[in-house]
Amino acid sequence: MLEIANLNKSFAGFRAVSDVSLSVETRQIAAVIGPNGAGKSTLFNLITGHLQPDTGTVKLDGRDITGAAPHRIVRMGVGRSFQRTNIFTKLTVFENIQAAFLVHNRQGRNFWGRSAAMYRDETAALLRQIGLHNQDRTIAGTLSYGNQKQLELGLALASDPQVLLLDEPTAGMSATETHETIRLLEKIAGERSLTLLFTEHDMDVVFQIAQKIAVLHQGRIIADGKPEDVRNDAEVRRVYLGQEEAKRA
Amino acid sequence: MTAIATAAPERAALARRIPWTLIVFLAAAAVPWLGSRYNVFLAEQIAIDALFAVSLNLLLGSTGLVSFGHVAYFGVGAYVCGILMKTYDVPFLLALPAAGIGTALFALVSGFFCVRLIKLYFAMLTLAFSQIVWAIAYKWNDVTGGDQGLPEIPFPNTDWMNNIPFLGDLKTGDQFYIVALVVIGISLAILHRIVRSPFGRVLNTIRDNPERAAFLGINVRAYQLAAFVVAGSFAGIAGALYGIFSRGVFADYVFWSKSAEVMIMTILGGMDFFWGPPVGALALVWLNQEITDYTQYWPFVLGTILLVLLFVFPGGIVGGIHDLWARARSRSRARA
Repeated sequence: MLEIANLNKSFAGFRAVSDVSLSVETRQIAAVIGPNGAGKSTLFNLITGHLQPDTGTVKLDGRDITGAAPHRIVRMGVGRSFQRTNIFTKLTVFENIQAAFLVHNRQGRNFWGRSAAMYRDETAALLRQIGLHNQDRTIAGTLSYGNQKQLELGLALASDPQVLLLDEPTAGMSATETHETIRLLEKIAGERSLTLLFTEHDMDVVFQIAQKIAVLHQGRIIADGKPEDVRNDAEVRRVYLGQEEAKRA
Repeated sequence: MTAIATAAPERAALARRIPWTLIVFLAAAAVPWLGSRYNVFLAEQIAIDALFAVSLNLLLGSTGLVSFGHVAYFGVGAYVCGILMKTYDVPFLLALPAAGIGTALFALVSGFFCVRLIKLYFAMLTLAFSQIVWAIAYKWNDVTGGDQGLPEIPFPNTDWMNNIPFLGDLKTGDQFYIVALVVIGISLAILHRIVRSPFGRVLNTIRDNPERAAFLGINVRAYQLAAFVVAGSFAGIAGALYGIFSRGVFADYVFWSKSAEVMIMTILGGMDFFWGPPVGALALVWLNQEITDYTQYWPFVLGTILLVLLFVFPGGIVGGIHDLWARARSRSRARA
């Protein structure tokens, strides 16, 4: 579904992403892990068109999408939620999701319709799916942090993506919120046959839901495979998991 | 108990069912019969400024673009319409749309550059374009009349009104007031529709979060440019009316301080509401007149009043009223 080959990106001589190749199968849940500054966010930005790679290719379902503009890549079926919550703060929850549906259905050039009356059923259904239907009239900026993350997930889902990229979906959440978010993600991925690629700091979360894990270290992929293989990989233990476990112990 | 509980929503629904806009429009239209010439002058000034301010608010309130040079489009519209009507004897019915289209083209070209910059740089470039327009108006004697301006722009031919009861009794200037009011009414209706449209909602998402908007699949710059062109052309329409209303177009109209004035109207009225800018126009024009009557230090007094108003109502006048109304309603609901 998503195929990344030999991707490179340097910033002023610093190689943020170095010869990264990674493929994610259809309906697979894959995680990219690695310490801070390993290049996870850069990799995501390269996939979604926010950054241009120096060399290498990104293919979606066999189609080359390397270096296309973000708004085109969304239309090709890649949804994304961001590390910092990214919603439309002055609009209500309902208006947020409704706007995403309007854009997805190419209504942006419609100067004359009444936006408030459009895609109401679709919006209500999606709000129910992400569990925000009781707060549809709340101004989005006043939601709790966890709910804002849920809303952001909703914005990504409204464009009906095939592949969903989640940048630290549980960052800053309480244990309960994290647990709920994971359950929600698994449920939605199943219902919508999504291919999921996410980054995460919380190793419990990663090993709980990922079917495939790639470990990024200093811009390189040092391990890539099933969770149990990655967990037992000597180099991964040395540079990453070892540190985590040492810290916990 | 239940009587109180149902009374509040019923009252709110009733308030919504009253056609406020129609009432305001008819009241404004009645001014020539009920008021003095001075009242007509004030009402016309307010109506034109209202359209000008609403057009600015499509950028400021809806899209989050701070334009410091909106007067450029007002001025281009005034000059295009004025030159066509005075120099080339073009009838108003053609000159007005020509002003709108001409301004739209200018907004398309200048906006193309402006939307490539963000925030303060965008604001500075809009200001630069408006100063260029001012310099051209001031120096291009053959076309714009230079510092002498373009006096004695004719009123549109309103003879057709003479056979209509009531309208026929009015002076030409008052008949033009009615024409201007209809043009402004239609323009505001179109702008209202645009703000509520899917296009308008897309502009709101750009205002709140341009990066996220791009990743919904929106070409942010293209939409900002479209908003810029729409806002510019309606400012041009307002300018065209203003040139005829004040019987001439002068380089002063295009000076940057006028951009500041319309921005004050918009913020004072409340940029989160469609009817905020017209209320701001009403307040500013009225305050201006009242204070000038009493003291020569009116900028000082006006500045102080604005300062206090903006501190008391950070969301503008309409925002303040809206908050008071919402608080009163939640209190009555709590009581029930």
